[in-house]
Amino acid sequence: MDLLTQPVSVSHYMVVGAMLFVCGVICMATKRNALGVLMGIELVLNGANLNFVAFGSRILRNDSLGMDGQLMALFVIVLAAAEAAVALAIALNFYNNHASIDVDQADDLKG
Amino acid sequence: MLFAAIQWHSFFFLLFALLTCGFALAVVFSSNVVRMAFFLTISLGAAAGLFFLAGAEFVGAMQFMIYVGGTLVLLIFGVMLTAHERFISMKTRAGEWVLAAFLGGGLFLLLVRAALMVPQWNSPNLQRDQVAQSEVHDSAAIGAAVSAYRADGLPSSAAPAGTAASPGKSVYLLPFEIVSVHLLVVLIGAGYLARAKKRTSANAWQA
Repeated sequence: MDLLTQPVSVSHYMVVGAMLFVCGVICMATKRNALGVLMGIELVLNGANLNFVAFGSRILRNDSLGMDGQLMALFVIVLAAAEAAVALAIALNFYNNHASIDVDQADDLKG
Repeated sequence: MLFAAIQWHSFFFLLFALLTCGFALAVVFSSNVVRMAFFLTISLGAAAGLFFLAGAEFVGAMQFMIYVGGTLVLLIFGVMLTAHERFISMKTRAGEWVLAAFLGGGLFLLLVRAALMVPQWNSPNLQRDQVAQSEVHDSAAIGAAVSAYRADGLPSSAAPAGTAASPGKSVYLLPFEIVSVHLLVVLIGAGYLARAKKRTSANAWQA
């Protein structure tokens, strides 16, 4: 109930961002499907984005980053789109060559 | 009585935060890749709601259009193109779950502790009602900042020269251009990588 009657501060946003980040990291670590790993990356980027926007918000903090936070968030969104396109192309190529999308099978380099 | 004390901004923040976190957890714990894509869509859509609540309307709209409308559609295409029965639902071993829970729990505790440690971040902004009304031309300011002019750099320019660089003065023209060219190159490269190669894929089945 305390949360409902108190105004929101930057830390609230940071806790949500931390949750998204950790979910993304766990997703990247545990999923065996390459597309699941990609989804984990999207979650991580979104958690970071949430922090950028929270620090740039005048509503949440008086001496905020200003426009920098929102601009950084926009660049992150665009770069995430680029990254998803390339990663998807690689995943599809891998699927074509190996008939599998399991990242455990990707051991051609014998690493 | 209680109803009158509710801050609606906080209420909607709580609603969207719970949606975001809940569906992010659903992405982690679901083993079906089609459901994961759907849960991710809801989680990122709710995150766009959080952006709106922070006063970043343009970023929230872009989150909807680029992330939910573009990137996730791309991901769902990837899921459909690789949707073989074996790969729809891939189970993770129990040992890996334990390790990941240990790692993730530790990381989460560390991040939350860091978030709650600084007192300036904990205290809400008390003059936020004036701000919400004065800053409505959000996308115009962003458009100006990627071209030549920073609308929000005015108060800091009153500081005497030679002091530490104040935030909110640099213009994002060069990063914007770099990102534009980068996006073009990346999309051409992705199209080149993903094109159908009939000869090699036929050989790969025997190899």
